[in-house]
Amino acid sequence: MNNFTYKRAESIEDALAQNSSGGNSSYLAGGTNLVDLMKYDLTRPDTLVDLNRVDGHHEIYETPEGGLLLGAFVTNADTAWHPSVEERYPLLSKAILAGASAQIRNMATNGGNLLQRTRCYYFYDANVPCNKREPGSGCSAIPGYNRIMAILGTSESCIAVFPSDMCVGLAALDATVHVEGPTGSRSIPFADFHRLPGDTPEIDNTLLPGEIITGIELPANGFSKNYSYLKLRDRNSYAFALVSVATGLELDGNVIREARIALGGVAHKPWRVREAEEFLAGKTADSVHFGQAAEIILRGAVGFPHNAFKIELAKRAIVRNCMMALNPESQLPGAQPSV
Amino acid sequence: MLTELTEPTTLKASQPVNLVVNGTPLQLNLLPWVSLLDALRDYSGLTGTKKGCDHGQCGACTVICDGKRVLSCLSLAISKDGSEITTIEGIAPEGDLHPLQKAFIEHDAFQCGYCTPGQICSAIGMMKEGKAKTRAEVKELMSGNLCRCGANTNIIDAIMEVQNQSVHE
Repeated sequence: MNNFTYKRAESIEDALAQNSSGGNSSYLAGGTNLVDLMKYDLTRPDTLVDLNRVDGHHEIYETPEGGLLLGAFVTNADTAWHPSVEERYPLLSKAILAGASAQIRNMATNGGNLLQRTRCYYFYDANVPCNKREPGSGCSAIPGYNRIMAILGTSESCIAVFPSDMCVGLAALDATVHVEGPTGSRSIPFADFHRLPGDTPEIDNTLLPGEIITGIELPANGFSKNYSYLKLRDRNSYAFALVSVATGLELDGNVIREARIALGGVAHKPWRVREAEEFLAGKTADSVHFGQAAEIILRGAVGFPHNAFKIELAKRAIVRNCMMALNPESQLPGAQPSV
Repeated sequence: MLTELTEPTTLKASQPVNLVVNGTPLQLNLLPWVSLLDALRDYSGLTGTKKGCDHGQCGACTVICDGKRVLSCLSLAISKDGSEITTIEGIAPEGDLHPLQKAFIEHDAFQCGYCTPGQICSAIGMMKEGKAKTRAEVKELMSGNLCRCGANTNIIDAIMEVQNQSVHE
């Protein structure tokens, strides 16, 4: 790890001021990804501004609009087990609990979850080219072992996936990200927060330099009656997804009024296709229609030698997860598939 | 003449870090990049907490920080200034064993023992969280602690025994 100057911020304003001194500075919250990247010498900030003790943004509270505001510095564990999240947004709770380990969820914050970097093996291996780590150096994953890589929204520069489970749930729920920065505060719709790699894969999201996530707002509808999160991976716990699916359904009897389907593990951002959700509206909730929606969602998917299986896996996972959403009690801990 | 290959690390960069470890206040003087794990092992003489992967993947370094199980390898000690830490050395009075330590012995829940301090601290944290009721839930919520000797089944047996005792108390 490189040597750095440590500063502790007392407020967001203080953090913005301490960060403005120029140079290569990073904000520190839970540290579960940042400290690890620093240990691998992949990130070398000369200053760390510790946000853990800023006043505010450590709470979860109901918004006047009937939604829920998740403070950026609340841990993933406290969020997943918050009574309002469990009751009104169980899809989010399930998604969070499917990710990482209990210890990491006790440390990692909501804001930090959105900002974690890919776990692409080649991004982590400083000995090989990687456009995300070293722009212009090339992509080692395309000609390399690409089992865990993306099948949607890839570019010639990068086929890495975004690793979060929580964000797949937030995407399905249409969350909004609140940020404060040197030029003021703004709100970013969740779908616009993460980005596709294009020819600038070193940029993961649309946060501007110096900006700090202060909260994540959930709209009133949490799809709390019919929801499911399914995570398929090489071992049943504490592993990143090969494919994950978040489903929320609003039903009228067995007719779908509204559907939300988001995928994880398949792209540089949580993957949602509105056309598929619109297709499902008004249809009966059955495997035939879910299968047709899956075909729409996976349209344009391109497999690589070691991950082409993900296309069929994702389609089947969508159908299975939508069927599980009809009976949320069928889910097992850790978002394992029910039998 | 020797060429300095790295920037000199001056003592001026060290900063006071106050921790209460196993009930004892400790005032340490640490560089900001010292992890909580290294602060415990190298600067406090508490080597019960183990360094496995040092990257947050194995759980061997699990300690209880302000009542919650965390990975000490991914925590910067300076960021934990003022925190109360419990390590494996502090879970039971001197000369006594914590119920989980007894259960681990009874159930043969280790072979090399390297993951054991992390397993036990993690299990204490898990029981405090109170979210794991069934064996399947215990397995899921203990999945951040790897045992490469293959004692996992016995580890879960030991935890289930203590958990069931606590429920009946």
